[in-house]
Amino acid sequence: MGVALGRLVQWTAPGHGTRVLEKTPLNEAILKEIIMFAESFIYKHPQEAKYVFVEPLEWKTDLNPSAFESGYVVSATTVKSEESDENGQPLLFLSVPQIKVRSFGQLSCFLLIAKDTKLKEAQACIEGNRNPVAKILGLDYNTMKEESSILNILDKITKDNDTESEIKMKIAILLKQLDVNLLNHSLKCISLEIPLHPAAVKNDIELLKRFSGKGEQTVLESIKYTSDYEYPNGCRAPPWRQILGEICYVLVKPHDVETLCITCSEEGVFLNGGKTDDEEINYERKGVIYKDLVTCLKEKSAKFSENMSKQKTRFNEELQKEKNKPNETPKKEAPGALRKAIPGSDKTMLEKNQINFGKSNMIKRLEPSLNWKTTIDSKEHRVSIHEERHGGRVEKSAPSVSAGKAQLIRKSGEKVEEIVSESSSESEEDEEPPDHRQEANADLPSEYWQIQKLVKYLKGGNQTATVIALCSMKDFNLAQETCQLAIRDVGGLEVLINLLDTDEVKCKIGSLKILKEISHNPQIRRNIVDLGGLPIMVNILDSPHKSLKCLAAETIANVAKFRRARWAVRHHGGITKLVALLDCAQNSAEPAQSSLYDARDVEVARCGALALWSCSKSYANKEAIRKAGGIPLLARLLKTSHENMLIPVVGTLQECASEENYRAAIKAERIIENLVKNLNSENEQLQEHCAMAIYQCAEDEETRDLVRMHGGLKPLATLLNNTDNKERLAAVTGAIWKCSISKENVTKFREYKAIETLVGLLTDQPEEVLVNVVGALGECCQEYENRVIVRKCGGIQPLVNLLVGINQALLVNVTKAVGACAVEPENMMIIDRLDGVRLLWSLLKNPHPDVKASAAWALCPCIQNAKDAGEMVRSFVGGLELVVNLLKSDNKEVLASVCAAITNIAKDQENLAVITDHGVVPLLSKLANTNNDKLRRHLAEAISCCCMWGRNRVAFGENKAVAPLVRYLKSNDANVHRATAQALYQLSEDADNCITMHENGAVKLLLHMVGSPDQDLQEAAAGCISNIRRLALATEKARYT
Amino acid sequence: MNRKKLQKLTDTLTKNCKHFNKFEVNCLIRLYYNLVGDITERQGTVNGLDRNAFRNILHVTFGMTDDMIMDRVFRGFDKDNDGNVSVSEWVYGLSLFLRGTLEEKMKYCFEVFDLNGDGFISKEEMFHMLKNSLLKQPSEEDPDEGIKDLVEITLKKMDNDHDGKLSFSDYEQAVREETLLLEAFGPCLPDPKK
Repeated sequence: MGVALGRLVQWTAPGHGTRVLEKTPLNEAILKEIIMFAESFIYKHPQEAKYVFVEPLEWKTDLNPSAFESGYVVSATTVKSEESDENGQPLLFLSVPQIKVRSFGQLSCFLLIAKDTKLKEAQACIEGNRNPVAKILGLDYNTMKEESSILNILDKITKDNDTESEIKMKIAILLKQLDVNLLNHSLKCISLEIPLHPAAVKNDIELLKRFSGKGEQTVLESIKYTSDYEYPNGCRAPPWRQILGEICYVLVKPHDVETLCITCSEEGVFLNGGKTDDEEINYERKGVIYKDLVTCLKEKSAKFSENMSKQKTRFNEELQKEKNKPNETPKKEAPGALRKAIPGSDKTMLEKNQINFGKSNMIKRLEPSLNWKTTIDSKEHRVSIHEERHGGRVEKSAPSVSAGKAQLIRKSGEKVEEIVSESSSESEEDEEPPDHRQEANADLPSEYWQIQKLVKYLKGGNQTATVIALCSMKDFNLAQETCQLAIRDVGGLEVLINLLDTDEVKCKIGSLKILKEISHNPQIRRNIVDLGGLPIMVNILDSPHKSLKCLAAETIANVAKFRRARWAVRHHGGITKLVALLDCAQNSAEPAQSSLYDARDVEVARCGALALWSCSKSYANKEAIRKAGGIPLLARLLKTSHENMLIPVVGTLQECASEENYRAAIKAERIIENLVKNLNSENEQLQEHCAMAIYQCAEDEETRDLVRMHGGLKPLATLLNNTDNKERLAAVTGAIWKCSISKENVTKFREYKAIETLVGLLTDQPEEVLVNVVGALGECCQEYENRVIVRKCGGIQPLVNLLVGINQALLVNVTKAVGACAVEPENMMIIDRLDGVRLLWSLLKNPHPDVKASAAWALCPCIQNAKDAGEMVRSFVGGLELVVNLLKSDNKEVLASVCAAITNIAKDQENLAVITDHGVVPLLSKLANTNNDKLRRHLAEAISCCCMWGRNRVAFGENKAVAPLVRYLKSNDANVHRATAQALYQLSEDADNCITMHENGAVKLLLHMVGSPDQDLQEAAAGCISNIRRLALATEKARYT
Repeated sequence: MNRKKLQKLTDTLTKNCKHFNKFEVNCLIRLYYNLVGDITERQGTVNGLDRNAFRNILHVTFGMTDDMIMDRVFRGFDKDNDGNVSVSEWVYGLSLFLRGTLEEKMKYCFEVFDLNGDGFISKEEMFHMLKNSLLKQPSEEDPDEGIKDLVEITLKKMDNDHDGKLSFSDYEQAVREETLLLEAFGPCLPDPKK
């Protein structure tokens, strides 16, 4: 009891007169225990209950004398018990308000009488008697409260050998038991307090929200949940995360650092991996655990802690208010809220005591375990190479800018976090985060412990023991994540990588065999790179032992699945060494195995190709492979017939073929022939990669012809019929698309009935396939026969249906295909009926310029071939204005396409009038100063068509469009000449324009054009010259008359 | 030794040796007599390489350190158990030692590890061979506990018929699955790194 009272019970600060007990649940629990003990004492130990205390327990009571009944002598202000000691002194004496009690029996009776005010009385009693044990048993017994061994007690008994001291001893033991009981009980209370509660977290967040917003004075810029949905239990984490004790995730934007994504869990608050590209949260913990949100944020943001201390008075008021609403806040979390009070603030000392008290207990209870240390180490290690990973991410996510940005933000946030947590590593905070893994240990599978044991032998064994441990470890299911992570968590990765740095070939082989398997896990890959495994493995590539080379290359192939790893391989000269491995298979006559641990040459080359395949996903590595002379070696390996070899080789080529100089080299090395040959292979994966490589290479016209000449089109067309393997289908349709850019190939495809099959693939296929199928149809439909086939196979409807999609690449291709089909009036009728023109028109609003341009191009044949085209165009509300406004775009392709569309729209007088009203003339004129021949051509055409209305001719002159147009005649493009001559001819109807043209030297240029073989150009040029000449004649005439 | 005798010896030994050509055998024979000659100088008459001289060669040339294993290797070479490695034993032994096929090596290694020659590697033999393979942790109560555990791990890995000891077929099967286990109980072949 002494220990419990001395240490556990939470007293208010001294200096407030008499120290009183603070009302905390812990104190309450302790008092209740004491009351229970005292109350039942009279029944449980009747003999000891009669024992008279050495000194009475004295305190001030609120109890009225009238409450005492039988067994007591009651007067107005005093109460005496009838029970008295040997000297006749009453054992209970009350003289309002002071009360003295001298036996446990009386204490029990008194508590029974006190009934409801028991708690208060007990508190007063404890407060009044700071050392009850000494009072009850005498001072000499009090000393033994520290070294409370039973021996001590026995010693006492033998010393004063009488019944009284025997009773004393019994009481002493009973009190000791109570003490232990109290300690145990309070421990339970404390451990209950530690987990955070959903409601407490919610309160915190709500409170912070109230102090967040723009401006310098707020504590945060913003704080919000990642999920709006709250489960009935108050958690916002998805159920499968709730199992792990996670409550919710919040995005916090402090003033001075990037947005933090924070997990609030029962164990505490910590930073997680942030939001990933697909809006998922990376739940992995990225830092130490803080006991609550405020502490965490104070650590992460200096501004927060600064503003927090400014705001603390208000914040604490709010906190107090929150506390004073017992109905709203469950009682249990009151201590939680208290603990959240900021240390060092002006709160009472009591709370501080409580915090320290809780802390010291936690430290005692939760010793950091080994695995916790491991993670810390690797974390710190990671900081050093962070810079580079940081850069890596940017490039990786380049295709989707927004996603990349988000990642950037997250990354830099993480970076800040790591720096912060490092700089604060000396502070006491470090001891605080409890190791939540330790608790989880109870559920760890048996493999974990077995692996831990094996790693111990790896660390402490000689080579024989190491080999045995490695072989045994290999027998675990290393494909299973539990085992993979277990090896890492018990520090096995470090040892395995360390073994690679030794001279022991057998140990290296064993270690690589394990690393090869576990590196299938993305986390392990990163860990291997963080631990510096790659440079060592790259060095092993030089080893004279082929099996070592193989294993190292295979492991590199697994690890180099992310950018930083690929960078590391290149940086340490790995690419050259890997390319050198390809050279192994040169001599077909295999020498006899020189060592037991050696592999075959072909195997070495295969592993090399595997590793290069992984590495070739980075641009710089592609370049490095080429420079290291990899292409001829790959070309040679491609001639073999082993599928195992061909797949990585073709895979590498296919990756690399995205680069222009690779495509040239592939053509030069006559690789296409072998790719085509392997299209006929039985292996689907090989077919897929070959098709993919052809898809990449067929950007080039010569390559497309090569594919046809080597008979590659037929297998491609045949493969179209097998639609189960979507990856392969996507690759095959891609190859067909690119090949069909050549007219001869299209003819072949028509022969092989590929067009019909393609139309059949327009429905129920994934987008990757659709993009290619539609692209191929777009190319095929440049020919009349194919347009007819597509219509007859019912291809128009699915094409038009695809116009409502959202995939940018698909929309570009679909619009192109629809446009190609629309060239046929019969097709156009179907498109019109399906409202395809309206869909195309609405795609002009698409945010992607490529889609806009492609849609505008497609509109041209539609307008040309639709019946009542003028009426149709007018029927789109706001459509014409939309088109005219697109002339403000800054994308040349969009501008050219819109000019082409305007050319077609302007053929209808009424529509021309409308677009003139929308200001088409000044907009077109503004574009006139351009060097882009495509735009020039269509702009000139649009201008010539727009001249047909009102005073547009004059207006073009006023907007200074004429002089730049004249310069178009100096272009090298005959199409530009024709369009320009026609435009100038139209403009020359206006006298002022004629003068401008003449001034800009148009006549001489036009005279050249008159000699052109192009009749339209001839005619327009001549017409223009005649207009200019006529004006000159008229002026002369006017002068002389 | 005169040239004719040497020539004859070389021819006979080459005939019986799978992995060496005539030139190599010739060299090895010369080497053998040089080594024997050295010893003769020191100790007087001998009829071959004795245990100590052979162990010295193993240590110096092949970097072996484990006393017990070296003794066992000597036994492996000394086919007739006369305490000396004769010239034919020398050539034959080295042919296996340096160029042996997996099968030959398995047979040899098993003989090395089967300390009492009863055709089985028992737990006790394993314990004996592995007893120095772990770093002794002073904190551990039973310093042999780790070794015992290691023996159990090895048995679990290699004892296919679960009879608590390794027969040659157990051993063979395990080694064919994982070549690394060839020298499971100690290095008794030249290290591949050399």
